[in-house]
Amino acid sequence: MLYNEPSPLEVKVLSRRFGLPDSQSINTYLAHEGYQAFRKAAAMTPDDIINEVKISSLRGRGGAGFPTGMKWSFVPRNSPKPKYIVVNADESEPGTCKDRLLMEYDPHQLIEGMMIAGLAVDAHTGYIYIRGEYRYLINLMDRAIAEAYERGYLGKNIQGTGFDFDVYTHTGAGAYECGEESALLESLEGKRGIPRIRPPFPAVSGAFQCPTVLNNVETYCAVPAIIRDGGAAFAALGTPKNGGTRLFCLSGHVNRPGVYELPMGFNLLRMINEVGGGVRGGKKLKAVIPGGSSCPVLKAEECDLAMDFDTVAQAKSMLGSGGVVVMDEDTCMVKAALRIMKFYAHESCGWCIPCREGTIWLRKLLDRFHAGFGQQGDIPLIGEVAKNMLGRTFCPLGDAAAMPTISFVEKFYDEFEAHLDGKPCPYEEVNRFALA
Amino acid sequence: MADSVNLTIDGKAVQAAPGTLVIDAAKKVGIEIPAFCYWEGLTLQAACRMCLVEVERMPKLMTACTLTVAEGMVVRTETPLVAEARKSMLEFVLTNHPLDCPVCDKGGECELQDMTFRYGAGEGRFDEMKVHVDEKQWSPVVYFDAPRCILCYRCVRICDEGMGVDALGVIYRGVVSEIAPNKEDHLQCDECGMCIDICPVGALTSGMYRYRTRPWEMEHTGTICAHCSNGCKTTLGTRNGQIIRGNNRDKSGINGEFLCIKGRYAFDFNSHPERLQSPLMRIGGKLEPVSWSRAIGEVARRFTEIRERGGRFGVVGSNRTSNEENYYLQKFARQGLGTNNIDHRRTGDVPALIDALAGRTGVLATVKDVYTAKASLVIGSDLAQQHPLLAYQLRANWRHHQSHTYTVTRGPVREDKYSVHGVRVEPGAELGALESLRDQLKAEPELVILFGDAIKGEAVRRLVEFGDSLGIPVKYICLVDYSNSRGAVDMGLLPHLGPGYQGVENPGMSLPEMLAAEDLDAFWVVGANPLEHNKLAADRAFVVVHDLFLTETAERADVVFPAASAYEKNGTVTNVCGEVQHLRSAVQTMGVKTDLEILGLLSKEMRINLGMWTPESVLREIRQTVRGYNVALPVIAAGGAAQSLPLNGRVTLDSRPELIQSAGDTLFTSGTLGRYSKTLLSVLEYPGVLYGEAAEPEADRR
Repeated sequence: MLYNEPSPLEVKVLSRRFGLPDSQSINTYLAHEGYQAFRKAAAMTPDDIINEVKISSLRGRGGAGFPTGMKWSFVPRNSPKPKYIVVNADESEPGTCKDRLLMEYDPHQLIEGMMIAGLAVDAHTGYIYIRGEYRYLINLMDRAIAEAYERGYLGKNIQGTGFDFDVYTHTGAGAYECGEESALLESLEGKRGIPRIRPPFPAVSGAFQCPTVLNNVETYCAVPAIIRDGGAAFAALGTPKNGGTRLFCLSGHVNRPGVYELPMGFNLLRMINEVGGGVRGGKKLKAVIPGGSSCPVLKAEECDLAMDFDTVAQAKSMLGSGGVVVMDEDTCMVKAALRIMKFYAHESCGWCIPCREGTIWLRKLLDRFHAGFGQQGDIPLIGEVAKNMLGRTFCPLGDAAAMPTISFVEKFYDEFEAHLDGKPCPYEEVNRFALA
Repeated sequence: MADSVNLTIDGKAVQAAPGTLVIDAAKKVGIEIPAFCYWEGLTLQAACRMCLVEVERMPKLMTACTLTVAEGMVVRTETPLVAEARKSMLEFVLTNHPLDCPVCDKGGECELQDMTFRYGAGEGRFDEMKVHVDEKQWSPVVYFDAPRCILCYRCVRICDEGMGVDALGVIYRGVVSEIAPNKEDHLQCDECGMCIDICPVGALTSGMYRYRTRPWEMEHTGTICAHCSNGCKTTLGTRNGQIIRGNNRDKSGINGEFLCIKGRYAFDFNSHPERLQSPLMRIGGKLEPVSWSRAIGEVARRFTEIRERGGRFGVVGSNRTSNEENYYLQKFARQGLGTNNIDHRRTGDVPALIDALAGRTGVLATVKDVYTAKASLVIGSDLAQQHPLLAYQLRANWRHHQSHTYTVTRGPVREDKYSVHGVRVEPGAELGALESLRDQLKAEPELVILFGDAIKGEAVRRLVEFGDSLGIPVKYICLVDYSNSRGAVDMGLLPHLGPGYQGVENPGMSLPEMLAAEDLDAFWVVGANPLEHNKLAADRAFVVVHDLFLTETAERADVVFPAASAYEKNGTVTNVCGEVQHLRSAVQTMGVKTDLEILGLLSKEMRINLGMWTPESVLREIRQTVRGYNVALPVIAAGGAAQSLPLNGRVTLDSRPELIQSAGDTLFTSGTLGRYSKTLLSVLEYPGVLYGEAAEPEADRR
């Protein structure tokens, strides 16, 4: 059963097997072109595989949008060390819920993507780092992996191609920080989940100090389609330099929230109104967070834009992980900023000073502010504290906390002022906003 | 040029080796880039974000502690943007840092304070509640006040990387992240206090020092630790005539940043309530306090009388008294009393090594060599327990230079964790086991061999032969026990050797022989405790003891002189590597005299002219007459270490290696002296074990 009804506007590439009966099983997968891309890739040279991924202009789906083909090409293939394929399935960004569907409905697609990545960089071991909260997915992935071993799609000499590949799952322990690639690797190695100093980047020195390809679940899942149908076909689905489709996680005050696979560059307003069925209760749109909680918020009038990495960046926000959070006119933006900061203050790993101290400061400040104890100087202070964090933290978590805060203060200054001088939150009684 | 990179820092042209960090390159040209988490020699953290600098063509501020130099790089360390970033970092740190500087031990020498003065805002903008956690005591010497902690992780790293103890870690996350000890609520470790010393703020404080003074109220005296033979410099902070703190404030000694529990905390014997403060004389069978003149007069009278009737003297020197005192004592015995019956507790066979190395130069390793040598071989010593500085150097060598370490020991040692090869042998079989390492050692470019008392007598010669057969440059360290054990040998506290390993004509009695000699007339013990486990056979002997405490030996004495400790005298001591360093008097204890002064007063009373008895004049004589001790005075005077170069020739050997026996002190014991250190006795780990580490912790870990 699917979590949400598909939309007719969807372009189903990664989610094409969603909703098929018994879609997790290898039989279903094999019956629907499963593992064909692997066979094809096994006959290709590593350079050709990487090239095909480059042509597809697939960009990292975890949030940063780094070109995947280029990332793979950084791996020193002739290094004497073993190489690793690591899947970042630590999906924790508020507003994002796509990786769980990809693993729940089509786990073999992920395994096949990893195998192709393994072929491309001469890696024979893969790890799927799944966030601890996705307990049921760990069982599910383990079952899929066992099936693949049984049917000879994992292990030694896979399907007679001479390629060996092993896949293991690894459980996170509930830290958002471990979604950051180097912290994930630390955690994978059994250490405290804190980010590493980069360079060296994982491509050169990643898991166990060996060259490592580390991508998001969705990124790997796009790979079989790219190999099967060709990079150009995938690229053509999206906009220039933003190939393919994207699983957008539409949430918040829309009539039909859900995960929808739409081509890159799909218009945000159309997404809200046509795919999501418009703002709930016929209310007016106030703001949208376009790519998960770490992205600067967009005001309603800024929302008429194409959802690809470059266009959203031009609007001074980010496409991020594809978590589109819609907020209607009755949403208190101070409370929204507070809710986001609560998350980051809770999830800051504590490694570096600005993030550790800045997030908790902002949380306390916003908390007090929202409760009606704000003073005039607090509004610029919120922005300044956030700006002092921006670009100075060890890893992007500090930026992720600072950027939305800065945008909330800049774009909704009047709402902050409305909380001043002991005035109660004007939205509190009608506030139905719940983000997490 | 390939081996150097040109860059510009604040307009200054800088040349640095490739791979140099910008923070270090800046330091070279006198530009200080502030940092909390960066510590030279430890792994990089980039956690405090204080060292952010502007670099041309880089979009963001960069951390100077992780950025390596590059050709043509232009760095600016004091721009408005940088100053603003530092200011904001300090503001962040201070949000949850209690402003209890007026009662904080660190106040006055706190890095956070200094930086706040330099870069910080005048006023805080943080109006919220601070995070509070109660203070914890982790051990008798380590207290942790979490709110003060700025999480620079220096303590975690120095414990793990520097000491190899790994007793500290981090728990929780975000703003409640906390440094935590390895045993949940307490520490089980070396109790070295390195974590306290390295803490930039007052989060880690020492049980010995906390709340006793402000730093600026102390006098600071750099002297040499009175305990083991490694010769660490310890800076004693004194106030009102009491030692309050030991640390290595300026890191200028051979030990750099290192000190163990003994150097840092075990100065407390000095103000132990049982310190003797008056001469004691046996009157009516009981030791009674008497005046100095009466005690000196009595000893001079008895000694003169025994000497004149041709009686037998036995003189025992100390492993802890200064070179000047040792020299003067042996001169007193040989010239004044006319006896070669002089000895001390021998803890390593230095003479055999000197003899075996006759005719060579540059074959005695220094403490620094242990840090720089490409390979080291430890034979018969639990280095981390018995020679903590050498162990630290060895470990740092491995960390920084990937040097190779080999161990031949009778049980597990901490060096095993990183050694290339560790050989376990039955006690006594050490030498034979070397053969199994021959091929590996041969392949090394150079080697430092550190050997304990398992190798003595003829075995030393065979060890050197083995070293020669490797065909690589080999240097040696003969491990001895106490702060001036080496100096005692060098100064001739031996029945068969005078100062500078000169053989004497009529060798006297060794210590066991003195103890066993029933006809001994006088037994004179200067700073030793030979009767701790032995009995003096000569019931009627006149026994004179110099000591700090009423030890077992002093209890048997007829006259006891209260002696000044090593921290109360000037002079020189020689460490395990033969490096001569300066002792400086830090405090005075009422009623005591230095051994040198006691010797001088005695000689005067006995009308024996042995020369002036000031440390300076005796050192002058030593430099002139003792071979190898013509060390550079300015080096010593400036607090440096100058290696003595002992006799380069054959040494008359005593063919009784059984007289050589290390006391086997651990990190937490220090002979008789250690019994009077409350700190050593109070730590959980006391008395410690040798070769026992691996057996204990694993099962205990969670």
